[in-house]
Amino acid sequence: MSGNEGTLLLRARSLTKTFAGDGVVVHAVREADLSLRPGEFVAVIGPSGSGKSTLLHMLGGLEKPTRGEIWLQGQRVDGLSQARWAMLRRRHIGFVFQFFNLVSNMTVADNVELAALMGGASRKQATARRRELLGELGLGAKADTAPARLSGGEQQRVALARAMANRPALLLADEPTGNLDSGSSAAVLGLLARAHADGQAILLVTHDLRMASAADRVISLFDGMIVDDAPMTIPHRPMLLPDVLKLRG
Amino acid sequence: MRMPLLALLAKEPAHGYELKSQLEQIFGEAYPTPNIGQIYVTLQRLERDGLVRSQDVVQTTRPNKRVYELTDAGREAVVEWVDKASEGPRVRDEFFMKLALSHLAGTSDRLGLIIRQRRLYLAQLRSLAELAAAADRPVPRLLIEGAILHLQADLDWLQRCQEELL
Repeated sequence: MSGNEGTLLLRARSLTKTFAGDGVVVHAVREADLSLRPGEFVAVIGPSGSGKSTLLHMLGGLEKPTRGEIWLQGQRVDGLSQARWAMLRRRHIGFVFQFFNLVSNMTVADNVELAALMGGASRKQATARRRELLGELGLGAKADTAPARLSGGEQQRVALARAMANRPALLLADEPTGNLDSGSSAAVLGLLARAHADGQAILLVTHDLRMASAADRVISLFDGMIVDDAPMTIPHRPMLLPDVLKLRG
Repeated sequence: MRMPLLALLAKEPAHGYELKSQLEQIFGEAYPTPNIGQIYVTLQRLERDGLVRSQDVVQTTRPNKRVYELTDAGREAVVEWVDKASEGPRVRDEFFMKLALSHLAGTSDRLGLIIRQRRLYLAQLRSLAELAAAADRPVPRLLIEGAILHLQADLDWLQRCQEELL
C-alpha cells in the first residue's frame, strides 16, 4: 500500500479501458484518477459515450481495466479474478442499475433477502433486514409480489433495497433514474440522500444533473477523461429565483 | 411590475400594503416582492396614465389610506396583457459572449471557462432543488421548477458548447 489508500474507501489510479475490435480502437476511459472517502456521495456526470458507465463497471469489477489500479478499503483489487470480485461485491458493494435487474421469478422479499444471505447474514437477520428496508422504502405491502407487477419506480426502490441489504461499504449506482418518470426519480433521489445522511458512501453515475447536484462532489467526464473533480460549492448567499428567472409584467 | 398590480386591482380595489401582501401570498418567499416604495411609485404612474384612480379613505385611529381601483382603460389593458402570447427573449447570457470572445482577450482557456460556469450552475441547481423541496404551494413551486428547468437547459447548452468548441 502507498499513499493514503488506507483512509480512503476507494481509489483509482490511471484507470484506463480501451476497446479494440474490427480495426477500431475506442478509448472509453483514459487515465482516470479518483478517490472516495467513507461516507462520501460523489456523482459522475458527462455526455453519453463519455465513459461514465465503463468507469463505474470497472470500479465494481464488472469490467476489467486495460490498465491502472483500483484500491478498495486499502486492498488492491484490479487484478482479482471474477470469482473473487463476486465475493467482494456480495460483502462490500451494492449495485443499482438503470434497468433494475431484479430476479423476475422471485418475490420482492426474496430478491432482497437473497442479497443479505449472500452477504453473510443468517436467515433470521436477512428477514429482519428485508423488513426494515422495504418498510423504509414504503414497499412493505409488496413483499410477496413479483417484481414484474410493480411500476418502474417501485422496482427501482426494490433494487435499492437489494443493493443495501448487505450493508455495503460502497453503493454504486448506474443511471438509477434513467428509466423513471420525474416523480419516481425524486423518490429514488430522496432515498439515496437519506442513505447518504446515514453514512452510506455512494458513487452515482447520472446524466440527471439535478440529481448530481445533491452529491458532495461532482466529477465530470469528457471523452473518457476526467476534466473536473470538485466539491459542490454551496453559494454563500441564499439563491434567489431572479438570479435565474426574472418575471416581467 | 405594472401589470401584476393592475391584475390584482382587477379583482377589487386595494391600497399599497394590501397589494404587497397579496403578491407575497401568490409568489411566496422564493420570489422577492418589490418594496412598498416601488409599489407606490408604480401606482402613481398607473394613475398618471389613466389606468387606475385613487381616493383617500379616512381612518379614525390611523392615518388615511389611499385606495386604488381600476379604470375602464386599466381593465382593458389587463385583459389585453393576459390574452397576448408573451414575446421577447427569456435568456440574457453573458457567459456565451465570454465564451465566443475570450480568445480575443488573449485567454483561450475555454474548457476552464465552461468548467467554472458548470460549477456555478450546479450550485444554483442544488439550492433551487432544496427550495423546491420546501415549497408546498403550487404557484411558488412551479416558479422554482421553471427556474430549475432553465438551469438544466443552460447546463445542456454548456455540454453542447464543450462538444463543439473543444
